[in-house]
Amino acid sequence: MTMKLKLGFLPLIDACLPILAHEHGFAEEEGLDLTFVRDVTWATVLDRLLYGHTDAAHMLAPLAIATTLGRGRPAQKLVAPFVLGLNGNAVTISNTLAQTIGADGALGDPTQLGDRLRAAAADARAQNRKLRFGVVHRYSSHNYMLRYWLAACGIQPDEDIDIVTVPPPFSADAIAAGEIDGFCVGEPWNSIAVDQGAGQIVLATAQIWRRGVEKVLALREDRLEPNRAAIEALIRAMRKAGTHFVDPDQWDSNAKILSRPEYCDAPVELVRRAISDRLVLRRGDEPHEYPDFMFQHREIANFPWVSQAEWLYSQLVRWDGLGFDAGQAEAAARVFRPDVYRSALLGMDDQLPSASSKVEGSVSTPLAASAQRGSITMENNTFFDRVPFDPDRLADYIAAQN
Amino acid sequence: MRMLRCNKMGMRIAIIDESAPRASIIEEGLATLDECEIFTITSRDGLLVKIAEIEPDIVFMDLGNPSRDVLEEYFAVSRVLDRPIAMFVDESDDDSIAASIDAGVSTYVVDGLSVRRIEPLLKMTMRRFQAYARLEAELAKAKDKLAERETVDRAKRLLMAKKNVTEPVAYGELREKAMSSNRRIVDIAEAIVTAHEMMGDGA
Repeated sequence: MTMKLKLGFLPLIDACLPILAHEHGFAEEEGLDLTFVRDVTWATVLDRLLYGHTDAAHMLAPLAIATTLGRGRPAQKLVAPFVLGLNGNAVTISNTLAQTIGADGALGDPTQLGDRLRAAAADARAQNRKLRFGVVHRYSSHNYMLRYWLAACGIQPDEDIDIVTVPPPFSADAIAAGEIDGFCVGEPWNSIAVDQGAGQIVLATAQIWRRGVEKVLALREDRLEPNRAAIEALIRAMRKAGTHFVDPDQWDSNAKILSRPEYCDAPVELVRRAISDRLVLRRGDEPHEYPDFMFQHREIANFPWVSQAEWLYSQLVRWDGLGFDAGQAEAAARVFRPDVYRSALLGMDDQLPSASSKVEGSVSTPLAASAQRGSITMENNTFFDRVPFDPDRLADYIAAQN
Repeated sequence: MRMLRCNKMGMRIAIIDESAPRASIIEEGLATLDECEIFTITSRDGLLVKIAEIEPDIVFMDLGNPSRDVLEEYFAVSRVLDRPIAMFVDESDDDSIAASIDAGVSTYVVDGLSVRRIEPLLKMTMRRFQAYARLEAELAKAKDKLAERETVDRAKRLLMAKKNVTEPVAYGELREKAMSSNRRIVDIAEAIVTAHEMMGDGA
């Protein structure tokens, strides 16, 4: 019997795995019939998910946690049994700001770039204005990565620099109109701003945290058991789609599918560049290759590590001005469901780790990780400031944050 | 931004909708209720500034409005608003929220306003939204019908010219073909028109 699932998503390239699972028949092989509901704001994607218009959704990982904790609306428990990808976002700044900080058309060293930005932010303040950056959502990895980077470079977000919400489709216009001086957004929206000559890409979020968690597949906790078989089938189908997605021979056909009006509705060339880790940083320049810009498959990238949820919780309390709360931390950690991921892939020819949590940012040279199945080599996963995150010391980590 | 004042000062309601006709239909409905001031915003430009000026007690917005994330952020963090606004506040509002979302409306209210107080407003807005959706659906259907009729007319004219027959004969042939192939007349007409377009005049 065919199982039906309706999935919500925003037009972003990292919605690729469920889309390709559908388009290439991997979902059908698993007995799944997928339909998609496209929206333009996360608020709408979330509402549809919470009130039953969709069964599961492409969602910002921090938003799934914030919703579970009842930030800004009545609490509703969500679960995330699958990480749709790591990173894939970039920081784009206006041409004026690029000139001010002497951006040279390359991806900068995060620390050096931060130093120059700190000087520019101070100059702006001396002239009674504040630099203003856009992020896609308050509860987004974009916001947390940007803030993590700025704060570590001595730029205090909200004080030295303003950070506001700008929906991805409007980010290029906002920077061109001078409403914002920069933004952190996913592809294809950085490349669109570059193509329009509105700004330059200066940093990939993968430079801030080499293996930073990005979107997840989210669903209501109380809808997990009734849909369990379908969700597990979807996880298997998306793993197959991932193999296809990272295969260079398939880049052309996948870019064509993802750029279609019903999905990302973006120029096929821009999509092709992002999925092949090649970005044009400045209008007219040759594409720059930055390996693992988007990271959707290798090193069991889709495994929902509980430690990732806990790191996001550490940033949520940091920027919402809350203190550590053991109950809230536990609720946040439980959003990520490695047990569901495991049960979906048990007995399949796919890698599974033995642990469900790890010290994030601790690997700087390739390391063989212990596996329940297959052998897994973890590569560099550091934060740019080399501070690791040990989930066993969550409260200490939070206390040490400025 | 347009403002409609009711006789008595009372709740301040902002309607944010990029569809101006729908916004005015909602506005008209709410204006029949007492004790409200209604502000209508149909443009994205300067949205936050306008909202700050209005200081609404309730915001009604179409579910798919592209400015929702921006507005939610503003409600959550703005120090300008001394009264926090949220998408309903109480977990007991859940049924109302669900109904509102099904109708395509997102509703934000100032913390402390009870659901009972806003219920008549919410119900009116939802009814108006649904009525507008029906209207649009009917319009779309009417447009489809018109397009279908044009296609059939074109196919008829093509047949008349090509086979040198009268209009009733051409129509009769279309109908016969449709019946014998178990398809709709418009589908046969569509095929004739497409074939003609592809083959040019020589078809």
